[in-house]
Amino acid sequence: MAVDKALGEYQHPLMQQYWARLNTRFPQVAEIFEEAMAEALLVIDRPDLDAYLDAASFLGRLGRGVEPMLVFLEEWPSVVAAVGKEALTPVLDFVKAMQKSPNGKAITSFLQTLAAVARRLQSVEQLQHYLDIARDLMARTTGSIHGHHTTFPSPGLPFFFEHAPRVLDLLSVGGMWNWVDYGIRNYSHHPERQEEYFGLKLADSRAVLQRERRGTLFADVERQLDLYLRALWRDGDQLVPYSTAFDELRKPIPYYDKLGLRVPDVFEDAGMIGGIDRYRAVLAHMVGHRRWSTPQIADNWSPFQRMAVEFFEDCRVEMLLCREYPGLRRIFLALHPKPVEDACDPETTSCLRHRLAMLSRALLDPDHGYRDSDLNAYVARFHTMLADGAANTTDTAGLALSYVAKTRRQSDQFAKVHFDDTVIDYRDDNRHLWQFIEDSDDEEFFDDPDKSKVRESEVVGLPPRHYPEWDTHSKTYRPDWTSVYEALHPSGNPADIDKLLQKHAALAKQLKRLLDLLKPQDKVRIRYQEEGSELDLDVAIRSLIDFKGGATPDPRINMSHRTDGRNIAVLLLVDLSESLNEKVGTGGTGQTILELSQEAVSLLAWAIDRLGDPLAIAGFHSNTRHEVRYQHIKGFSEQWDDEVKARVAAMEAGWSTRMGAALRHAGHYLGARKADKRILLVLTDGEPADIDVTDPEHLRADTKKAVEELDTQGITTFCLSLDPKADEYVREIFGNRWRVLDRIERLPEQLPMLYLSLTK
Amino acid sequence: MTDKTQYLVKQEPFYQAQGREVALYEAAYAAKLPVMVKGPTGCGKSRFVEYMAWKLQKPLITVACNEDMTASDLVGRYLLDANGTRWLDGPLTTAARIGAICYLDEIVEARQDTTVVIHPLTDHRRTLPIDKKGELIEAHPDFQLVISYNPGYQSLMKDLKQSTKQRFTAFDFDYPAPELETSILAKETGLAEGTAAKLVKIGQVGRNLKGHGLDEGISTRLLVYAATLIKRGVDAQDACRMALVRPITDDADIRATLDHAIDTTFI
Repeated sequence: MAVDKALGEYQHPLMQQYWARLNTRFPQVAEIFEEAMAEALLVIDRPDLDAYLDAASFLGRLGRGVEPMLVFLEEWPSVVAAVGKEALTPVLDFVKAMQKSPNGKAITSFLQTLAAVARRLQSVEQLQHYLDIARDLMARTTGSIHGHHTTFPSPGLPFFFEHAPRVLDLLSVGGMWNWVDYGIRNYSHHPERQEEYFGLKLADSRAVLQRERRGTLFADVERQLDLYLRALWRDGDQLVPYSTAFDELRKPIPYYDKLGLRVPDVFEDAGMIGGIDRYRAVLAHMVGHRRWSTPQIADNWSPFQRMAVEFFEDCRVEMLLCREYPGLRRIFLALHPKPVEDACDPETTSCLRHRLAMLSRALLDPDHGYRDSDLNAYVARFHTMLADGAANTTDTAGLALSYVAKTRRQSDQFAKVHFDDTVIDYRDDNRHLWQFIEDSDDEEFFDDPDKSKVRESEVVGLPPRHYPEWDTHSKTYRPDWTSVYEALHPSGNPADIDKLLQKHAALAKQLKRLLDLLKPQDKVRIRYQEEGSELDLDVAIRSLIDFKGGATPDPRINMSHRTDGRNIAVLLLVDLSESLNEKVGTGGTGQTILELSQEAVSLLAWAIDRLGDPLAIAGFHSNTRHEVRYQHIKGFSEQWDDEVKARVAAMEAGWSTRMGAALRHAGHYLGARKADKRILLVLTDGEPADIDVTDPEHLRADTKKAVEELDTQGITTFCLSLDPKADEYVREIFGNRWRVLDRIERLPEQLPMLYLSLTK
Repeated sequence: MTDKTQYLVKQEPFYQAQGREVALYEAAYAAKLPVMVKGPTGCGKSRFVEYMAWKLQKPLITVACNEDMTASDLVGRYLLDANGTRWLDGPLTTAARIGAICYLDEIVEARQDTTVVIHPLTDHRRTLPIDKKGELIEAHPDFQLVISYNPGYQSLMKDLKQSTKQRFTAFDFDYPAPELETSILAKETGLAEGTAAKLVKIGQVGRNLKGHGLDEGISTRLLVYAATLIKRGVDAQDACRMALVRPITDDADIRATLDHAIDTTFI
């Protein structure tokens, strides 16, 4: 028989005709042909069958083996069922495009997940968007690498197809486009990384996926939920999100333990109920348990009994919650499934879950409309129990056990369990409700003693802080892109700095004169006072004139004084990149920029110390985004003493200039200062650059963004650039708050002067 | 001589005692001890003073303090007119002369140099020297000084000096307990107890957020506003949003939380 089929011999003339139309000699196709046609005939109209067979035939002749044709024959009917037959043309066009490009091998993976993708998209237009995304990905990641003269297939494309259904589970098509676009832009030059990105193995990939997800993200509403707990329930426990994106087999359920309330990281809207209200329902339910539930000893109860107790107890706390805020009932009822009374057949299926879900619905919903007499009797008993007071968990458990006993059926033990409409997803897993005296036989323990021991990791230096970086092409932040390590700057010999200051003694004298002028006068005149320490002559004379002229004179003719201090906090951020080691001038002083910077920093620190403004000094350099070094030289509260001078003396230059991350980190310190004016002074000798960034525009745009961020925090950023060619970019980054120093030799003199003129 | 009767409180103000404060105040008044009333805004400080003035049948002179107020705004000043100068008593002087209760509302708002003029009136001397006139006023036997202040919201810069604080006996007011507040709302506005209890519940929600984005909780005064609006036929949810939420915060998250509380309380 099988041999006959391989030759295409079918009993039915129509089948014979179809087989002829397919025109193939692959034996594997013959094996599944009958089955595939049976399925195809269900969803594809006869006139369109020819197109289906022609397409399959075309795929068979691509020269890619039997796979594309096989997969197509099997999968296409499901695609048609999901999005309609119009999808055929665009899909074939796309396959042809792939065939022409070096990506022919990916055709099979494309077809393999096409049905799953179509089921999630549900319309031809959406599917067209999906194809456009794939086409874009293919066009932008196919190409030659390192000047080879052949083209290479896109490394990410097969992985993209493989994971497309899962990604579309979480994202809309628009979100998917953003996710793909991010991957292309950041990993188009790195084939292995690209594979990892589209294979969802890279942390980045997951982070962007998380950001683009549909629904209400926990991160966006965390504060609101905190406020909700605090305001409505007087509960201030920690909220800990768990990920719902990557756990496919077992969907985690909300729960709470010693460490806090665990909630999913995202909630999609459920019908009329928005994501935020779903969060609120989850939290309210858990709060109810925390208020009114007491743990029960569960050793002698069967799993069914425990399940019943959980259902009853859940309903009890919800009733009590609704007493507190009646409007919660609307949300609970909207989220609670409404099981159909006769949906479960007790002859073949275990119906306990179904019965309990119905009961749970009936307990909350006065208009449940169920006819079952036992159910109604227990609903009545439940309400009687709660009529005068809150009752307690033990009473509730008693009622639950008697309900289980009363309605028990043999079929409850069946392996086939009725699950439809019985999952109430805003309720937690009730692990707090049970206490076991002996270790249970259950396979899983909630409190595994081994896991509860927290292992302290050894702390080596400060942990890195992560900052986002602005991506100007997509106008989005790359989440947690840079790692900033902060460390105390090594110390050198403080006497060197004193020597430097000595060398500039003349300059110091000149500065001192300026400083005395700038020193806070501490007196501000307040005029127009009825009573004050002095007569304000101008006003007094005016009043007298009024008086003599017969008009009512102004009695506020005095003035008084108010003390007023400078209230400026300044942070000096010094670029310590490799280029600082260059010598200044051809045959000039022979000093390096670094030495000049040291002198300038010392003089500035000395001057500011005389003025009394709080000053912090930090240096930075970077070695790719994974290692931005931020070196603490002087803190706001530290004195300008030998310890600080020693650190300045030891300043060394190396590596690159990733300025945005350093600015953000500095801003985080400066932002915490309470001062009228907060100034971030950047001393740099070149534009932002790093060895892992090829596009010079990128870090400039990021630095510009960082400056804008600081601006919104009320921090003024000012840049003193030593790069004579800086005009081109420095204006773009710092707006009009910058100055370029053409004669670097004058830096030691100019930096303090600049500060003084800025704060005059 | 100033007309004393104009300062009398004509009608009995509604005041619901929270504890023994009425009797304690009467005792303080009998001894003419200066009184300080502390408490958050809108919890009934001014109402209490008004009520006590009515109960004791004494004139009440209220001064709302602000930071531009000078000592002469309290004591009095020479006014210039076409014929030369004329002295005009300030509210504090008037009260000392006629034997009224002088109530300085939100005293910390006044500048510190202003606050000092009350010192001689608040110790055993009970006198008020008017240096411009060269007059020393002996306070009337019925005169009493009452100040109020809200220790919560003002900046750290604004606090009473110890030398001022230690001249007063003090009452610490807070928002009343829920049952009491419910009955206050019901009596003040005639609202049904059930609705009043719901309003109080929302008030509690707001007060839980004090220090977490709100400087002050929802005051009893605002609850009375809301109750008044509801009583006049405004939809309860609208009234709550208008009177309880919008005035106190511009923070979108807090607003959403309080709105949710309103939605789930009034259905």
